[in-house]
Amino acid sequence: MAASENLVSRVLRQPDVTFRYSIADWDLLVRQARSAGLLARVRHVLAQHDMIEAIPAEARWHFDAAATLADKQQLAVRWEVQKIREALAELAIPVIVLKGGAYVLANSPAATGRLFNDIDILVPRDQLGPVEAALLLAGWHPTSLSDYDQRYYRRWMHEIPPLQHVQRATVIDVHHAILPDTARYHPDPDKLRSRAVAVAGLPGVYVLSPEDRILHSATHLFHDGELPHGLRDLTDLDLLLRDAAVDRDFWLRLIARAEELQLCRPLFYALRYLRYFLDTPIPDSVMASLQAFAPNRATLVLMDGIFTRVLAPMHTSCADALTPVARLAAFVRAHWLRMPVHLLIPHLFHKAFISPYLDNGTPKAA
Amino acid sequence: MKLLQLSPSDLRQQLAGEGVWLRTGPFSLRVRSRLPHVAEGLTDLYGQFEVRNSRQAFADFHVELNPPSTLRRWFRPQVDFSFDGTLPFKPLPLDQAYPMLEWGLNWCVSMHAHHYLIIHAAVVEKNGLAAILPAPPGSGKSTLTAGLVLSGWRLLSDELTLIDRKTGLLHALPRPVSLKNQSIDVIRAFDPEAFINRASHDTAKGTVAHMRPPRDSVLRQHEPARPGWVIFPKWEADADTQLTPHSKALTFMFLAQNAFNYSHLGADGFRVGTALIEKTECYDFKYSKLHEAVAAFDRLAASNQTALS
Repeated sequence: MAASENLVSRVLRQPDVTFRYSIADWDLLVRQARSAGLLARVRHVLAQHDMIEAIPAEARWHFDAAATLADKQQLAVRWEVQKIREALAELAIPVIVLKGGAYVLANSPAATGRLFNDIDILVPRDQLGPVEAALLLAGWHPTSLSDYDQRYYRRWMHEIPPLQHVQRATVIDVHHAILPDTARYHPDPDKLRSRAVAVAGLPGVYVLSPEDRILHSATHLFHDGELPHGLRDLTDLDLLLRDAAVDRDFWLRLIARAEELQLCRPLFYALRYLRYFLDTPIPDSVMASLQAFAPNRATLVLMDGIFTRVLAPMHTSCADALTPVARLAAFVRAHWLRMPVHLLIPHLFHKAFISPYLDNGTPKAA
Repeated sequence: MKLLQLSPSDLRQQLAGEGVWLRTGPFSLRVRSRLPHVAEGLTDLYGQFEVRNSRQAFADFHVELNPPSTLRRWFRPQVDFSFDGTLPFKPLPLDQAYPMLEWGLNWCVSMHAHHYLIIHAAVVEKNGLAAILPAPPGSGKSTLTAGLVLSGWRLLSDELTLIDRKTGLLHALPRPVSLKNQSIDVIRAFDPEAFINRASHDTAKGTVAHMRPPRDSVLRQHEPARPGWVIFPKWEADADTQLTPHSKALTFMFLAQNAFNYSHLGADGFRVGTALIEKTECYDFKYSKLHEAVAAFDRLAASNQTALS
């Protein structure tokens, strides 16, 4: 596997390496952790090991400032979910909060030191129209996407275009499934809903069951084309797994559920790269039972080449000559998994040759 | 070692290579650029600031100003501001490279330094007490700031008020003072000795130039100041110089709205903001003649000294 100088996962694996750090190492750690969105999480890990005092004075404020922001965001996420609940209360539908928001609501260790970009919710597909209308009324408006992107989202994706609140500028992604209909596998959202867990104090708001949360996170990571927060998402998984694995038959339940939802392949990849980057304690028996879902050897070599690069912090010091190719490959692969060829080729053509010239400064749809 | 002790060719070489490590107030920077305008701007304005070998030092912000690597370099050339590999802004015409560095550094501080409550306001100090000058663009805030620091007030900052969340003290970031349009000539007339660098024209803010910070302000950049006043300056043609009390509650609201990170700090932002307001006198200040304005500020500082003695 490609070995680049990834200080962040090194420190997350083994915080006491920082005792030997020179000031130049701290400089690089801060930069890599910032670009991976992991400054607050690294600080949290150092604090757990009682090592905050070991951070040199000049570097410390970077960690503290990020922790300030992360703490504030936890409060803000709860507040936003409360607002979403109020906006959707009349529809009387289950609102399932996904990813980071769910970690906060479930008081999971994966919420600690996590920074947020948006809040993801899952609602029944036949309620998408009323949900969007109710959110619009409460101040969440569609972000200005190009017509192409709007059409693309609504026709092919498992979510509607992001909605942004006019005053607070918070962004909600409304999903009706966890993968697009056109994807090779797309787990039935009703199956996910059937095991969702109610959030105390917020009637109508749910989070996925612990196993489903892990499977969703893994699926997202290995089906998403752009991975600006790849390592952060991997550390989320690491924390979710360590937390859940306290339960003795957790691993058996996880694998059974992955088979039921046809998500063994993304789980295989997630566990493989968790071991590689973060030394997550995964029993060998688990890896062995997932071996049946591994790709062939040649594909695996290729995938290792891609994911050991794209899951590292997006920082020049973590990149080698092949990193740009690996990023492109991950992007194309994600789209390959999401849609059949007759849709894929025109879409990538549009993204490569038409979108860049429609300079409307909007977030990318895919 | 001070930047002025580096020969121009060494400076250019370091900027184009490993970068120049520079300390500005509580922050350290590593700046890289192959552009002559950037080297010239630093030589002109940052002479008194400390530099080091960038290999051995920790830098808070790693920034780079270079042309984008596209064909545009041959046709209406542009400059990109890179914050450690990310581009927070769209490129600007090459002629605006130096102001882009200053704007980019303001962005670096206001987006990251959440150990301060950061307000969009100038700060100057005399006799141990600081005046915070928040004001919308066009109110003559920068002109007044330049006039004051050319008349014996110490420059803490012309854009960013850094309030230490633990102590409530104001920290200095005495980088060059940005002057726009007519203010450039007003300051040249006010003090012909003041050094103002090469202007960049047709920027988003019109013509922009930067004034070198007074030497004494740079030497004292690690000395925090106690907040004494919050003063809203307003330049008005032919207005008499006039200082009138401003509601403390409204001052607080204005500061909260004009803080870069008030909402990020949660309850602590409120605590730091109200503690500041309780300690300060709040005024509106109208002026048309810079000399009179400076005299009025001097009287304020003197009255404070009499009150203390």
